[in-house]
Amino acid sequence: MSIFGRLTQEQIVLGLAVLLCIGFSIALPGFLTANNLLNLLRSVSILGILGVAMALVVIGRGIDLSLIAAMAISVAWTLQLIGTGMPVAQAAVIGVVFCLAVGMINGFLIAYVEIPAIFATLAMGTAVYGFGRYFLFNLDVLYFPDHARYLLWLGQGAVLGVPVPIYLFAGVCLLAFLFLRQTRAGRYLRAVGDNLAAARISGVPARPIIVLQYMMSSLIGFVAGIVTAASVASMNTRIANSTFVYDVILVVVLGGIGLSGGRGGIRNVIVGTLLIGVLLNGMTIMDIQYTLQNVIKSVILLTAIVIDTILNPRDEQTAQQGDI
Amino acid sequence: MKLIKAGLLAVSLLACGGTAFAQGIDDPTRAPYYSSLKGKKVAYVPVAMGFDLTEGWAAGIRSAIEPLGMTFEVRDPNWSTDAGAQAITSLISEKPDVIVVHNPDVQSYARLLKRAEDAGIHVVQINMRSSYSTDAFIGADYVDMGEQMAGKLIGKCSPKNGGNGKVAIIQGVLTAAASAYQMQGINNVFGKNPDMKVVSNQAADWDATKARNIAATVLQQHPDLCGIVGFWDVMDLGTGAAIRESGKNVYLITSGGGNKAACDGLNNGTYSEVVSYDVPGQARDMATMIKQILQNKQKAGAVKTTLFSPLTFMTKDNINPGSCWTLAAKK
Repeated sequence: MSIFGRLTQEQIVLGLAVLLCIGFSIALPGFLTANNLLNLLRSVSILGILGVAMALVVIGRGIDLSLIAAMAISVAWTLQLIGTGMPVAQAAVIGVVFCLAVGMINGFLIAYVEIPAIFATLAMGTAVYGFGRYFLFNLDVLYFPDHARYLLWLGQGAVLGVPVPIYLFAGVCLLAFLFLRQTRAGRYLRAVGDNLAAARISGVPARPIIVLQYMMSSLIGFVAGIVTAASVASMNTRIANSTFVYDVILVVVLGGIGLSGGRGGIRNVIVGTLLIGVLLNGMTIMDIQYTLQNVIKSVILLTAIVIDTILNPRDEQTAQQGDI
Repeated sequence: MKLIKAGLLAVSLLACGGTAFAQGIDDPTRAPYYSSLKGKKVAYVPVAMGFDLTEGWAAGIRSAIEPLGMTFEVRDPNWSTDAGAQAITSLISEKPDVIVVHNPDVQSYARLLKRAEDAGIHVVQINMRSSYSTDAFIGADYVDMGEQMAGKLIGKCSPKNGGNGKVAIIQGVLTAAASAYQMQGINNVFGKNPDMKVVSNQAADWDATKARNIAATVLQQHPDLCGIVGFWDVMDLGTGAAIRESGKNVYLITSGGGNKAACDGLNNGTYSEVVSYDVPGQARDMATMIKQILQNKQKAGAVKTTLFSPLTFMTKDNINPGSCWTLAAKK
C-alpha cells in the first residue's frame, strides 16, 4: 500500500491503459499494429480535443455543459452557409464568432451574474440548440457541400501516414499546455480555479479570466466540430442532445483533473483519452455489442475512480472545497 | 299516378340534359369527395422532424391534403419517446380525425395507439411499425429488404462468386423496428449460406461518427473485408468515409429514403448501392390512405391495411439526375 499510496490517479489510469494494451496485444491478433494504433488514436482524437476544452474550464473550477451544443450548432451553421454559396472563409468566421459569443455569454452569466456554471451552461446548451434549429437551419443532419469537399482533408486526410485529426489533437494539446504553463492568463486561470477569493484579493482579474476560459472552450469546441464534420462529411446536430458531453467530462475526470478546480493539466486529458481509446478499440475488435460495451466502459471507469478514492482519500482541504 | 311520374321524369331529364349539354356534366362524386375531406384534421407525430425522411413525408402529405381544406399539424418530439407519448396522449383528447405515427420502437406507443382508435381517431403508421396494428401501415418491408440486401452481398462476396465471404453489418438502434426486421431478413439469407462469414455485427445508433469508428476498426482487423451492409444512408456516410480512408475496395450497400444525398453519395463513391424506399411515394400512399379512410367513414381500426413500399436498388450506373428527390422541391 505504501508504494501504491503515492500513485496519482493519472498514473493509475495510465497503468490501466497500459495493462489493457498488453492484454489486448496478447489476446487480439492485429491489435498491436501501427495501423491499428493510429486508428485507435484517430477515433478518440475528437473526444480528446473536446477533453482539452473541458479541462481548461474544469481547471478554472467551472464546467461547460453547452460545449457539444455550441460545437454542433456553430459547425452546422457554417456548413449551411457554405451550402448557400457563401465563401468558405467567411462562413467559418461566422461560425467562430458564434462560438465565441456563446462562450462569452456563458462566461458573463457565470462571472458577473454569478450563476453556478453547471446551471448556466446546461441552460445555454439547450438554448443554443433550440436557437440553431429554429432560426438558423431546420435539418438535423447537415451535409458537407460539394464545393467545400477539400475541407474533408481535415478529417479524412493523412500526412506521412498519420491521420490529420491526430495532428490537430496534438496541436490543441500543445497550445493548451503552453497557455497553462507559459502565459500569465494561464496561471491566473489555475489560481482562479484553486481559490477564487484568494486570487481576487491578490489582484487577479478573476471575472475576465472566467469569461476567457468559456470563450476558449467554445473555440476549441469549434475546432473539434470541424474535424467531426470533415470526418463523416456531415454534421449531426442531434449529438447536442446526446450523452456525448458526459463522455468528455469522464475523460477529464478520469485523467485526474478534479472537478473542484485548480488541479491537473493537459497530460491528464491525454491519459484519460488513451484509456477510453484502448477500451473502445479492443471491444470493437472483439465484436462486443454496443450496449455491452457501455456496461464494460462504465465498470472500468468506476473501478478507476474507486481505486483513486482508496489510494488518495479525501483530506480536509478537498472536502472543504467540495465537488460539483 | 304513372302519368305524373313519367311527366316528372321527362321534365327532370329535360332540365338536367339541357343544362348538361350546355355546361358539361358535373361529376357526381365530386361533391361528396370534397365535403368528406373538407375541414378534417390530420396530426403527425414523427420520431423527430429535421431529417430527410420525416421532412419529406410531412411535405408530401401537406401538399396533398391542404388544398382540399384539410389541416395538417406536426407534433415534433425531437427523438424523445416520452415527448412523443405525451403528444399522442394530448392528441387523443383533442380528437383530430387522423393521426400519422412514426414509431421509435415496436412497444412504446402500442397502448396509446389502441386508445386513440378506441376514441374514434384513425391511425396511420409510417415506416416503423408498432406491435399494435392500426388502420394502415405504410413502409418498407424490412425483412424483405434485409433478405434482398444480403442477397446482393452474396452476389458480390460469396466464395461461389469469387469473393471471400467476409462481410460486416452496421445496425442502427437495436430495438428499432427497422433494425430488428432487417437483421431478421439478413439472418434468413445468411443462415442458408454458411460460406458467408459475418466478421462484425455492431450497432452505431444511427450516428455517422460511431459508424465511422466501427467501420475503421473492422477494416483494420479484416483488411480483406469484401462487403458491408449498413442500415441507413445518413449514418453510413461515416462507414463510407472509413472505407475511403482505408483505400480498400469494399462493397457498401445501405438503404434510405432516396434523398438527393443518397445520389450524391453514389456519385462520389461513398456508397456502392443504396436501396430506396422512396419517401415521396410513401407520402403519396399515406395521403391516399387518409383520403380513403375519411371518405369511407369506416370505424377507426375496423379495417387494417398494410402497404409495403416498392424498393429501388440504386447504383452509380442506374441513377440519373431525377432518381433522387430534394426537400426544396417538395416544399
